[in-house]
Amino acid sequence: MLAMNYRGPLRVRIDHKPMPEILHPQDAIVRVTRSCVCGSDLHLYNGSVPDTRVGMTFGHEFTGVVEQVGEEVEKLKIGDHILVPFNIACGTCVFCQQGLYGNCHESNPQATAVGGIFGYSHTAGGYDGGQAEYVRVPYADVSPTVIPEGMDLDDAVLLTDVVPTGFQAAEMGGIQPGDTVVVFGAGPVGIMAARCAWLFGAGRVIVIDYLDYRLEFARNYAPCEAYDFRSLEDPVVFIKQTTESLGADVCIDAVGAEAAGSAMQTTLGRKLLMQGGSATALHWAINSVKKGGIVSIVGVYGPVDTLVPIGNVVNKGITIRANQASVKRLLPRLIEHVQNGVIDPKALITHRIPLEDVSDAYRIFSAKLDDCIKPVLMPPLART
Amino acid sequence: MEHIAKDPSQIKGWGVDADRNNDPTYPMKHRNNGEHAGYSWERPLQQPITVEVLHSNERPDVTSVFGTSTPPLALSGVLRRIAFRYSESSYGHWLPLMLADRVSVVEGVLSDLKHGHVPNVFAERGWKAEWRHNRIGLVRRILVRVVLISAAVAYLSSRRAD
Repeated sequence: MLAMNYRGPLRVRIDHKPMPEILHPQDAIVRVTRSCVCGSDLHLYNGSVPDTRVGMTFGHEFTGVVEQVGEEVEKLKIGDHILVPFNIACGTCVFCQQGLYGNCHESNPQATAVGGIFGYSHTAGGYDGGQAEYVRVPYADVSPTVIPEGMDLDDAVLLTDVVPTGFQAAEMGGIQPGDTVVVFGAGPVGIMAARCAWLFGAGRVIVIDYLDYRLEFARNYAPCEAYDFRSLEDPVVFIKQTTESLGADVCIDAVGAEAAGSAMQTTLGRKLLMQGGSATALHWAINSVKKGGIVSIVGVYGPVDTLVPIGNVVNKGITIRANQASVKRLLPRLIEHVQNGVIDPKALITHRIPLEDVSDAYRIFSAKLDDCIKPVLMPPLART
Repeated sequence: MEHIAKDPSQIKGWGVDADRNNDPTYPMKHRNNGEHAGYSWERPLQQPITVEVLHSNERPDVTSVFGTSTPPLALSGVLRRIAFRYSESSYGHWLPLMLADRVSVVEGVLSDLKHGHVPNVFAERGWKAEWRHNRIGLVRRILVRVVLISAAVAYLSSRRAD
């Protein structure tokens, strides 16, 4: 089968790989119909996530058709068209029982900090991902969900990560009606977080980024205020000035390790890989939020230490909430939102690219070429 | 300073998920203290361990399922085995893994050559897309590198001549 093959930092290609097999009675084999490149895939692509091994296939946002099931799979049937949440969750451990499906304790032997994630290095379990024609899906009865009749596949594929991550970013902010919410990052997740902040009753939503086309998209889609930090002398001062010098009620870091805006953070976190990423957005979030405010983090960072102004967290009495999105927990509500037209995920998709051109897809997305917001890879069988 | 005034209640879906009692919110709100009982849940059947699986020393054993994508191999594998002697809290864990990742890039090239495949680094780096969408930027970047390399070569040649 065709599958994306990681060859080293900034190098990926399409290759023929062996078909995946059922390795556990709760496995399913799925023929992929849509597979996205995620902003967090860029951390792998740039070589900043430890234990990203050459030869691995990335991809944690995908839909597909069930081709084969293990003997303990009862809910899914061959032929079901499913969306597959990016978390691999057993559903039985104490953490899954608390709805912490992103923190499953039975899916990632290599690390205790995070549960298994499809195609996301051995630090997240060593699973090949969905940027391929076929993929092995463990615990097939737990998180994978049959796509509701009539739902557009492009909507479905974004329910595997982008929508729940954006929604949870807003949810973790504990937004109260009338709150001012600042979202750092106008990538797909940041735009979705801004859109979802309104659902929690925000009174004002502000997005900060530096790419004009994304800021314009956020203004129209979320809809919200959106500012280019390069045109602001200091984004923190700007947020203070526009909130009567008190700071925002809630700040959301929707960027993570690839953040621009600080030469020191970029050098240490992205060029020299001396910390778990460039924490510029998080730095701004901590310093822009009001005293006693909440910082919600969904941007992904590497597991090593990262420079953040922790002293200000203490002195301002900030609550930090963070996690990988718990997709299974959120899906019922988010499917309702999509079906009711409250959220329109597929509007984020700007590029449909053949799986065979995966190298170009990564380049376009990582270098923000051609006004790219969200690229979707289309395997050959899904294009016929 | 631009301040876009708007009536949020006119935005579709405004406030539909608002909940004044939503604090403390996820990830705390479903807390059930189940972890106080330790590994008390009925663990799923163990996936047969048919490849080498390194596991964090912060957990007692391999999880019930695991990925088999790319088992540790060669020199990078040696480094990864060393890394897993240390906890996730230790640089002794992460630094050898980062080094192993770089070593495995070289091993990947050697493996390609061994199988008669010369990696097309330009295609792998997506230069086709760059050429299509950012031709001037690509040409500029190539020229800068050519100038820098030429300058370095010229400097080293002149030093050797001295």
